Amino acid sequence: MNKDESIKKVLLLGSGALKIGEAGEFDYSGAQALKAMKEEGITTVLINPNIATVQTSEGFADKIYFLPVTPDFVERVIEREHPDGILLAFGGQTALNCGVELYRAGVLERHNVKVLGTPVRAIIDTEDRELFVEKLDQIDVKTIKSSAANDVDSALKIANELGYPVIVRAAYALGGLGSGFCDSDDELAPLVEKALTFSPQVLIEKSLKGWKEVEYEVVRDRFDNCITVCNMENFDPLGIHTGESIVVAPSQTLSNDDYHKLRSLAIKIIRHIGIVGECNVQYAYDPSSMDYRVIEVNARLSRSSALASKATGYPLAFVAAKLGLGYGLFDLQNSVTRSTSAFFEPALDYVVVKIPRWDLGKFHGVNREIGSSMKSVGEVMAIGRTFEEAFQKGLRMIGQGMHGFVENKAANVADLDRALTAPTDKRVFAIADAMAAGYTVDRIHELTKIDRWFLFKLHNILATAREMEQYNTVAELPAALLRLAKQQGFSDFQVARSVLKANMTNSEEALLTVRARRKELGIVPVVKQIDTLAAEYPAATNYLYLTYNGSQNDVDYVGDHRSIIVLGSGAYRIGSSVEFDWCSVNALMTVKQQGYRSVMINYNPETVSTDYDVCDRLYFDELTFERVMDIIDLENPHGVILSVGGQIPNNLATRLDAQHVNILGTTATSIDNAEDRHKFSAMLDRLGIDQPRWRELSSLEDINQFIEEVGFPVLVRPSYVLSGAAMNVCSNSEELVRFLALAANVSKQHPVVVTEFIQDAKEIEMDAVAQNGEIKAYAISEHIEYAGVHSGDATIQFPPQKLYVETMRRIKKVSSTIAKALNISGPFNIQFLAKNNDIKVIECNLRASRSFPFVSKVLKINFIDLATRIMLGIPVEKPAKSAFDLDYVGIKASQFSFSRLQGADPVLGVDMASTGEVGCLGETTSEAILKSLLSVGHRIPTKGVMLSSGTAKHKTAMLDAARQLDRRGYRLYATEGTHRFLAENGVQSTLVHKPSEPDQHPQALEILHNHEVDLVVNIPRDLSTAELTNGYKIRRAAIDLNIPLLTNARLASAFIEAFTTLAVDKVDIKAWDEY
Amino acid sequence: MREPKRATLILEDGTRFDGFSFGYEAPTAGEVVFNTAMTGYPESLTDPSYEGQILVTTFPLLGNYGVPPQDGSPDLSRYYESSRIHCKAIIAQDYAWEYSHWLAERTLADWLVEEHIPGIYGIDTRALTKHLRESGSMLGKIVFEGEDVELYDPNTENLIAKTSCTEVREYGDENGPRVVLVDCGIKHNIIRCLVARGVRVIRVPWDFDFNTLEYDGLFISNGPGNPDFAEATVAHIRQALTLGKPICGICMGNQLLAKAAGARTFKLKYGHRSHNQPVRRVGTNLCYITSQNHGYAVDNDSLPADWEPLFVNMNDGTNEGIRHRSLPYFSAQFHPEASSGPRDTEFFFDEFTSLLKK
Repeated sequence: MNKDESIKKVLLLGSGALKIGEAGEFDYSGAQALKAMKEEGITTVLINPNIATVQTSEGFADKIYFLPVTPDFVERVIEREHPDGILLAFGGQTALNCGVELYRAGVLERHNVKVLGTPVRAIIDTEDRELFVEKLDQIDVKTIKSSAANDVDSALKIANELGYPVIVRAAYALGGLGSGFCDSDDELAPLVEKALTFSPQVLIEKSLKGWKEVEYEVVRDRFDNCITVCNMENFDPLGIHTGESIVVAPSQTLSNDDYHKLRSLAIKIIRHIGIVGECNVQYAYDPSSMDYRVIEVNARLSRSSALASKATGYPLAFVAAKLGLGYGLFDLQNSVTRSTSAFFEPALDYVVVKIPRWDLGKFHGVNREIGSSMKSVGEVMAIGRTFEEAFQKGLRMIGQGMHGFVENKAANVADLDRALTAPTDKRVFAIADAMAAGYTVDRIHELTKIDRWFLFKLHNILATAREMEQYNTVAELPAALLRLAKQQGFSDFQVARSVLKANMTNSEEALLTVRARRKELGIVPVVKQIDTLAAEYPAATNYLYLTYNGSQNDVDYVGDHRSIIVLGSGAYRIGSSVEFDWCSVNALMTVKQQGYRSVMINYNPETVSTDYDVCDRLYFDELTFERVMDIIDLENPHGVILSVGGQIPNNLATRLDAQHVNILGTTATSIDNAEDRHKFSAMLDRLGIDQPRWRELSSLEDINQFIEEVGFPVLVRPSYVLSGAAMNVCSNSEELVRFLALAANVSKQHPVVVTEFIQDAKEIEMDAVAQNGEIKAYAISEHIEYAGVHSGDATIQFPPQKLYVETMRRIKKVSSTIAKALNISGPFNIQFLAKNNDIKVIECNLRASRSFPFVSKVLKINFIDLATRIMLGIPVEKPAKSAFDLDYVGIKASQFSFSRLQGADPVLGVDMASTGEVGCLGETTSEAILKSLLSVGHRIPTKGVMLSSGTAKHKTAMLDAARQLDRRGYRLYATEGTHRFLAENGVQSTLVHKPSEPDQHPQALEILHNHEVDLVVNIPRDLSTAELTNGYKIRRAAIDLNIPLLTNARLASAFIEAFTTLAVDKVDIKAWDEY
Repeated sequence: MREPKRATLILEDGTRFDGFSFGYEAPTAGEVVFNTAMTGYPESLTDPSYEGQILVTTFPLLGNYGVPPQDGSPDLSRYYESSRIHCKAIIAQDYAWEYSHWLAERTLADWLVEEHIPGIYGIDTRALTKHLRESGSMLGKIVFEGEDVELYDPNTENLIAKTSCTEVREYGDENGPRVVLVDCGIKHNIIRCLVARGVRVIRVPWDFDFNTLEYDGLFISNGPGNPDFAEATVAHIRQALTLGKPICGICMGNQLLAKAAGARTFKLKYGHRSHNQPVRRVGTNLCYITSQNHGYAVDNDSLPADWEPLFVNMNDGTNEGIRHRSLPYFSAQFHPEASSGPRDTEFFFDEFTSLLKK
């Protein structure tokens, strides 16, 4: 064996909060690396503030630090832990950048910490564009030649020499941050200015729009042995970031010569660069010759490598970690077959399609076009044995109301040509509409540059739909046609709609009819294994998917009723991400421990729950009713758990119950009683529990009448949203009318729910687990912000520090009453409003909530383990009362990705906007606040702070903080009202003028552009959002110029209080288990 | 909906797989083998080593990038591995009726029809592969609604004679070192690889007595079927082994060189046919991903004392090449010329040509 025996203790850097461009894939790769170290008997230390991840759970690392992944904090951990080695490749760009800084500062050398795997020198060679081009020039490999510019003028000069269109890239940037295409000087100048705020340098290069984009995942050991584990081809041509593209594995339109030319080049490149471990090589490939350019090399695990691992079954991160210890690929075993070597290249006998998931609808003012910088928040991976099958599965998986490629509601694209040439998140449906409107494949190819092969395949789907539309009942549909449709990935719903058309009044009944008819004809899916070798060698793999393109199951079902199916959470999206993966994985572990067969269904390649070694059987497939029923038919399980995967599985409760599926834990009826607004409200009234007044209304008249009763502001939730946010707070009738006119269509069919909005109320969360209606464990946590900020965006404090004992007692009592009334067995969450000592219930979910991992880890009581044991009917003990008495505090803070979302107003409201979160511990609130806000990208200002503090109330709330800043010698800048208020209260500030007064100086925007401040506190006047206000311009400029921004008075005060009273280098560094 | 003709694969053990036709529609029979490569169907179809075999591709999609033009000459094609299709038929899960590639000239279906080769899709090729893996390669036939045909065992026939050239041909630099290339059913890329290295290639038929020629090196090509049919070649190689001039072989060439040295060959249960076979250079930490296509292998234990294994398969431990302990004789069971497949072992040709006298 070739292992480096001097490595006994290893430090792994995580990637922090989930953000656009850096998401759950690094939980997966880090978790794999930790497993690999554990297998070698190496002690592991993990730094990752992302408390909701699986990797930061008990049993993965020996020591876990919930701290920012920044050089100063990492150095302090190194001083405490004395690791022998450090792993930089498993925590995305965050870990890599931090590692490079530590190396440059000599920290690693000073503390004798060896970088395992790819040397830092090689990382720098790939990250610095100029060095990279030079490096590849040495071996005659073509790159996209670009010139570096350090200011706007030289950028313009270069662009004019190259000729437009050009692409701008920022060096050392996450997922294309600050990048973009430009057609003119006017477009270039602002983009370069913005990019230069993230990076000291931008690169300008000629655009190769329309070329194919292909990537290879390559592995190399220190003996120079190389393999390419997978190649992938983008459905979208070059110009659309690979994170925004639909990606297919393996490549479909490359011939053997194409494939192996690029493969050989990839190996040549990684040998020359000197990677040890894993990297990916991205190419631009000419669609009409064999010309190519290397786009970039990522010398670390990436989103693509996570996808490649899931697409092939080859555990890239695990293997890369082992190679970092000195092993050769030949020393390692293929972990799927367990008999063949890890030195091989997987052969796929299926096709994989990855589709991104966007949530652009949540943001006001955001630009919906997709391009060279990433905006998607999650992705799905679909597996099939035809392209059509995988593609349609994938479109359903992204969960944006689509049933597949066809039989959707018309997208109603106004200008099809434009929608095809300037793609948005809806481009697939623009293609569907164009095909339906008679556009030929050639025409669509011309407009989109998408390879004809993909378009031909999509056309096949349309042709089948058209053929089915010739029939009017399910019974008369020919068996051969029905089979073909299923082989092309049509759902029962799509089949039903194509046949019944407008006559499909009851869709549930219709799709059950199709299901029955299929079964009668013997048209059922088969289960296939992913075994890495296309069945060449026997493999005891539990990694499965379903397909209609096959005649035999790979699994023998014994019908022992020992399976427990856990339904996963699907694509990461705003509102549902890694926290539910943590819940799913923990449920699986408990199921397994209790002697059952743990079965997972999920399709998100960024997760640990879809790692085939966390469960006994993994179905990498859809979470639709149809597919879940298919799997239940095969597995014949003991029961199904649907309360740990968020809202997607929870929504299936009633339908599965109607099919007599054994739902473990709380009954479907109770779930429905909590989910159905009317039923739940009636129950609360019956139980004498207070709730904000609300009504479901279908005309403006009724709405106004209700508002007369409750007063403004009100929370308005339309049931049918035309565009923009799904709900809004309206403070006056003008806002109300505007919102309803713009966003919603109010009618009898589409009523609106109007709720009174209570101002300055505290929001409190109850996370709990109950058995037969009796609460066994609970956690009450308090929002720092007042109600009105979505609970997913709020900063949450646990245990609560500023709640009345009386309030706590009432919350416990009401929760117990509700748990009893709904006879809850399993996890649940209730949200409360509290003002004085009055509490009102705003929501109740009979499933695990977003904050379960946070409270479980702070409390050190695993709520999911407890809930799972309860759902399995195992008697549980109540944890001792003292376990709930903590002498430290946890703060959960939210990560926003506004910098990616061009144009979006970075303001918080009732709709969730954050993409991730962190959770940090401290002896005091201030300490925990400081760690958590630094973890989500805030920096302690050193120069000045700009204040615009909204209403009089906000101004008063901010006054103490402003005084503190003043006292500490910060230069304060304030817009007019705030400036006056501060002056009246004896706080000095410099008056800055709003963008609406362009002739007055100094201008707020000028101060920002000159980076004279390094913190902006901008509190919107009220909770409604007007796009082009002064406030918007200042907030957006702060984001675009990478200046930390706070928009909530209470959070801003808490942060300012923390950093003005506590020096960051005095903050206590302690591992989780030391609290 | 397309209404293609039904076609059925019937294996010798009676197992049936029903699918649809996309190629030539006449019954055929052969040995059913599977290949796990994900690209390279034009190369595989024209690879003479598939002579007499029905090829099952485990990658479910086939025909995506059409078929390149038949450029070059029948003796040395530009994009193919020989001048015609050697497989008896090809079987996949799904066929792409429309292709997309700048180099393609026509569809795979058109080519199959022109060459009278059946093609079937709509078959669970994974289930079929597992069956072949468990039971071993077996004979099979393809029938179309009613028409039947007898089973055919290509391994009872001298396929080498069937696929070898019949007359001597020369290629490459007239002034380069002279290499006799014994054609046992050669893939054209072997010729291209040698010519690219400045070699004068003298391609001779499988049973031609090359010992009558002046040459600097001897190269024995790949070829189909059972090496036992090539006794004439083995006898000629045995004689060449006394001369000490560089000798190299690929695939069938490895087996014939081994037999000439005195070793035995045997038939593998289901062969190696893929682009992802890992081999290790014996006694080193050097490993390579290789392209392979063979049903027979050299028995390592039967190698005489002055010979040793050069490469070994990292999955099943079978022989992947041999070498003489002191003389410049060596060979590979895999395909350094690739086409189709990974090109990581092209250095093999460099190792051979570097031994030739300048």
